[in-house]
Amino acid sequence: MPKPMPQVMLQVRDLAFGFPGHTVGRGVSFSLAAGEVLCVLGPNGGGKTTLFRTILGLLKKHSGHVTIDGDAIEGLSREAMARRAGYVPQGHSAYFAFTLREFVLMGRTSHLGAFSMPGRADREIAEQVLESLGIAQLADKSIAEVSGGERQLALIARALAQQPRLLVMDEPTASLDFGNQVRVLEKISQLATTGISILFSSHDPDHAFIGAQQALLLGEGRALELGAPQDVIRADTLRRLYGVSVRILETEGGGRACVPALRT
Amino acid sequence: MRSSILLIYLGAAAALAALTAIAFAVGRYPVSIPEIANLLIAKLTGEPHGLASNIETVVLQVRGPRVLAALVVGASLAAAGTAYQGMFRNPLVSPDILGVSGGAALGAVLAIFLSANVFLVQALAFGGGLVAVGLVYGVGSRMRGHDPLLALVLTGVVIGTLLGSAIALLKYLADPYNQLPAITYWLLGSLASITPRDLAVAAPLALIGLVPMVLMRWRMNLLALPDDEARALGVDTTRLRIVVVMAATLMTATAVAISGIIGWVGLLIPHAARLLVGPDFGRLLPLAMLLGAGFLLAVDTLCRTIATIEVPPGVLTALIGTPFFLWLFALSRRRW
Repeated sequence: MPKPMPQVMLQVRDLAFGFPGHTVGRGVSFSLAAGEVLCVLGPNGGGKTTLFRTILGLLKKHSGHVTIDGDAIEGLSREAMARRAGYVPQGHSAYFAFTLREFVLMGRTSHLGAFSMPGRADREIAEQVLESLGIAQLADKSIAEVSGGERQLALIARALAQQPRLLVMDEPTASLDFGNQVRVLEKISQLATTGISILFSSHDPDHAFIGAQQALLLGEGRALELGAPQDVIRADTLRRLYGVSVRILETEGGGRACVPALRT
Repeated sequence: MRSSILLIYLGAAAALAALTAIAFAVGRYPVSIPEIANLLIAKLTGEPHGLASNIETVVLQVRGPRVLAALVVGASLAAAGTAYQGMFRNPLVSPDILGVSGGAALGAVLAIFLSANVFLVQALAFGGGLVAVGLVYGVGSRMRGHDPLLALVLTGVVIGTLLGSAIALLKYLADPYNQLPAITYWLLGSLASITPRDLAVAAPLALIGLVPMVLMRWRMNLLALPDDEARALGVDTTRLRIVVVMAATLMTATAVAISGIIGWVGLLIPHAARLLVGPDFGRLLPLAMLLGAGFLLAVDTLCRTIATIEVPPGVLTALIGTPFFLWLFALSRRRW
């Protein structure tokens, strides 16, 4: 009997991505198993968001292959994609004052027919998700009036209401205070234990140490490093990525942390 | 929360019913409400009503088409405005600002200029409205590096001016004894000369425009999100937007084709409805239609009763609309 292979949820092979007529990055390859977390690090404008949008099929890839749960993304309809992959964008500009409940219910759209309204089961899923993220008490508040941290949680809640197997989170900790950053990282680890694969980007290399099994260093228009965070996040790779000096410290519990070495 | 929304619906429906009764009653030849009720019951049961025949003429032939037209036009403009505001993620847009009204007007004026029949007026109004909104959105969304809201509104203003000069050209070329008065009067907007035949064409078209909006009321909410988010949630935004633009433009063009340009309804009413029940399209649409129908009916009834001559309804909607809009604008900052 052959042993079952760990299921590959997301496979990216030799991907070139960017905007029409302008390639931002090329030669990116990695794969993500079910329940695995990969953190993408890179400078501002390094192409993290563009890479994510390409993987989700929101931007046309320039070349290479992306498969989600075994199927090439170009063969997936928007609905099929939305049932597999949830997207947590980098902040949300609220144009209309939807309540958090309505906002999270929108995550159910890909499970509904074109002319259907969300039913009781959809509402229950939305309530559960709001509950699990600790924002159920805000359900009747408007998305425009909650704090930035709460809005970030609402975006995660909406993606979870899709019941996806892959979660793509674009800088989910940006613009959050320290406590909320930790809470989001906790949530990521917790979701991974339920079998969801998570791809997220961050500006803080420590986040990869804390919450990811793999780190991808994206810079100079390509994948500079890929591997376990403790292997690829080093003083030399961070200097190359961000152009600053950093020392990596070992913490008591066997963790690691980056400390910038300021030039004075 | 649910029961308060139900109360709002009931209140709006009751107000609309009362307004309709008043609209049938008042005018140069007043008819009492009991007389209207008698007539209505008699017509429904087929019994003779025993009322003077001129009462029947006034209620059914003079005021009937006009009242119904006010309801259809008001509800259509409000529904179209609600759809445009949601889909362009922009509470400032309306059929007027997006150039739909202007385009539809140009089409209809062209049809009058060509002495066309009511069907061609409708068709050209629809075509003109569609081209105009396509142009405004296409050009406006290519203005990168600007606030998209501002780009859309300014493009709409500029294209509206262009459409206006095209209309001016047609007026200049039109026969000054027959066509020019017809065009001028029509552009002012009026419900006075609506015939049952106009209504018989317009009402089904407005209904056709309404169907996709009602069917897709849930997905409409997602068009209010940034495009990437809506697509990542499983909506083919391009296709949905095309369907809804067509539907809303059909409703606007239908209204414009029978009533001329009556501004402000499509901008104000969705706003007011959103203040009452929030932005969910499924809840917003019926309320906006009730309020739009009631608003235009009230305006039109005032127009034909406050003075010995008829006041164009567009003048009155602007008089009411301008201060209301400025008040809303000052009140709400990015919370629609």
